[in-house]
Amino acid sequence: MIRIENLSRKFEVGNQIVRALDHIDLEITKGEYLSIMGVSGSGKSTLLNILGLLDTPTKGDYILSGINTSEMNDDEMAHIRSTKIGFVFQSFHLIPRLTAAENIEMPMVLAGIKPKDRQEKVEIALSHVSLNDRSDHKPEQLSGGQRQRVAIARSIVMEPDVLLADEPTGNLDSTSGIEIVRLIEDLNKAGLTLIVVTHDRKLGNRSDRLIRLLDGKIIDDDRK
Amino acid sequence: MRFYDLIFLALSTLIRYPLRTIMLLVATSIGVMAVILLTAVGEGARDYISGEFRDMGTNLIIVIPGKNETSGGGSPVDLAGVTPRDLTIEDAISLRKIDGVKNIAPIVIGETSAQFNGLERNVPIIGSTQSFLSVRKWEMETGMFLPGSTLERSPPVCVIGKEVEKELFGASNAIGQWLRLGDRRCRVTGIIGTEGRAVGIDVQKLVVVPVSLATALFNRPSLFRIAVEAENRLVGDQIIKDMKKILKKRHRGKEDFTVIRQDAVMASFDNIFNVLTMALGSIASISLFVAGILIMNVMLVAVSQRQSEIGLLKAIGAKNKQINQLFITEAILLSGSGAVLGLILGHSITQVLKISFPTFNFLPPMWASYVSLILALMSGVIFGLLPARRASKLEPVIALTGNK
Repeated sequence: MIRIENLSRKFEVGNQIVRALDHIDLEITKGEYLSIMGVSGSGKSTLLNILGLLDTPTKGDYILSGINTSEMNDDEMAHIRSTKIGFVFQSFHLIPRLTAAENIEMPMVLAGIKPKDRQEKVEIALSHVSLNDRSDHKPEQLSGGQRQRVAIARSIVMEPDVLLADEPTGNLDSTSGIEIVRLIEDLNKAGLTLIVVTHDRKLGNRSDRLIRLLDGKIIDDDRK
Repeated sequence: MRFYDLIFLALSTLIRYPLRTIMLLVATSIGVMAVILLTAVGEGARDYISGEFRDMGTNLIIVIPGKNETSGGGSPVDLAGVTPRDLTIEDAISLRKIDGVKNIAPIVIGETSAQFNGLERNVPIIGSTQSFLSVRKWEMETGMFLPGSTLERSPPVCVIGKEVEKELFGASNAIGQWLRLGDRRCRVTGIIGTEGRAVGIDVQKLVVVPVSLATALFNRPSLFRIAVEAENRLVGDQIIKDMKKILKKRHRGKEDFTVIRQDAVMASFDNIFNVLTMALGSIASISLFVAGILIMNVMLVAVSQRQSEIGLLKAIGAKNKQINQLFITEAILLSGSGAVLGLILGHSITQVLKISFPTFNFLPPMWASYVSLILALMSGVIFGLLPARRASKLEPVIALTGNK
C-alpha cells in the first residue's frame, strides 16, 4: 500500500544542511498498525509529514496505493490528502469558531459534498467516537479527550485508507489517552492502516510493527 | 467547495473576530458615506442653482446691457472700445413686435426707504410690468399685481412682500394703503405669496413697482435687463435673431448688449455642477482606497494569526484555490457589508440634513450609490488578493506548526 524507496529529506538551516531523512526504504501493507519512535530530531515527524503529503522529499519516491506522489502538483496532493489520508494531531487542530459537527464536516465541505450527504456521515462519525450528544459544542466547551475524539471523527469521515497520528495522546491525561488509543486501534481492526508517531514506549509497543529512527535512518524495524 | 459553504465559513470568521470586523466595516462605511454626502452636496448645489433659474421662469431670453469684446487695433473708435448704450423702456417696447414673444418684462432694480405710519425700512425695489408676474410664475397672497397699463406711464401702485407687510403694516390691512418710497408714494395693491429669491433678492423683503415709477424713483432711464418670454423653446433662436437685429438698429449698428438664453445658461451650470459633483465623489473615493489598504493590512495580520488553521485546512484537503477564495470572500463580505452600511448611513444623514436645511435639497445621485458600492467591492477584491495569495501559498507543514 505504501512504498518508500531511497527517500531523503534535507533542510537548510542557516549555512548548514540537515539530513532529516537519509535514504530510507520502507513498505507498509494495507491494514497494518505501525508505530514510529525515535528521539527528538530523529526524523519521525518529517517521515509522517511526507507520508501525509504535507511535505515533499528532496530525493526518492513515495508510492501510495500504486501512485507515485513525487510528480504530483499541489492540487493533486490536496486531493489525495482529502480522499486517502486522515490526520490526528497532538494539539487536535480543531477550528475554534466551529462546532464539533462542523469541524467533522469540514473535509467534506472542502470536497464539495452535498449538505444532506454530509449530515449523515457526520452522525456516523460522531457515533464512532461516542460524541453524538456533543455535536453542537464548540471546542472550548469540550475536554481534551473529547477534542481528540472530534479530531479522530474528522479524520475518518472521508473514509481514508491511512490514518496518520502524530503523538495522539501527547496532550491528554492517561485515562483519556487510553480511550483515544483504543479508539484508533478499533479503527485499525476495522481495516484502516494506522501509522502512529510517538515518544510513548507503551503506546509504541502496542502496535504490530515498531520502527525506530535515529539521525534520519531506520535503525530498527521490529514486527510482532 | 460550495458557494454557501464559502459564505458560511467567511461569515463565521468575521463573527469570530468582532472588533476587527467592526473596525473594517466602519472604515469602509465612512468611505461610502463620504461619497454619498459629498455628491449629495454637489447635486444639492446643482439643484439649488437650477431652482433659482427655474424660478426666473421658463423659455426665457434675457437682454443685458454691455458686451465683452476686444477693443483697439483699428479706428479711433475701436481704440476707445465701445461704450455700451443703456437698455431703455423704448428698447423693450420695440421687441413687442417680434413673432413668438409671449411676454416682455423690463426690469429695473434699486433700493430705497419705505415708510408707513412712522415706520421706515430700506427695501429692495424691482420695477417691471404686469408680465413680470407670469414670467416669474409668482403667485399673489392677496390683492392684485401691477396693472396692465403702458410701459411709459403707470398709476402709482406697488405690491409688497410678506415681510415688508409684517414689518410696516403689522396687523393692519396693507391693501389700499399709501406707502412712501423715497420721495414718491404708491398705493399697495397686493401681497406677493411666493417665497424664494428673484434676481438674488428675497421676495418677501421686496417691493415691486411699475417700471416707469422705478425709473423716476431712481432718476435713471436705464434698465437692469429685459426679460422676454418665448411662446415655446422652438422659437427661441429666431426670437434672439430678431431681437439682435432690432436692438442693433436702435443702438446705431453696435451690438452693445448681450442676449442669453436661460436654458443655455442652465445647461452650462448643469455641466459645471456635474463635474463638481463627480470631483467631490472622486475625492471621497480616496477614503475607500484607504479603507481597502486597511482591509489588506488587517487581513495580512490575520493570515499570520490563522496560519495553523490554514495548515489544517490544507491537511484535510483544501486546495490553494479554496484558501484563496476563502480570504477573498472575507474581504468582499467586509467591504460589501461596509458599503451597504455606508449607503444606509449616507442616505439617512442626507435625509436628516434635508429636514434641518429645507432650502437646500441634499440629493445623493443614484450613480453615487452604485459607484461607491462597486468601488468598495473592487477595493475589497483588489486589496484582499495579496493576503489571500499569501495564505494560499503557505506550505501546509510550515503553516501547521505555525513556523515562518
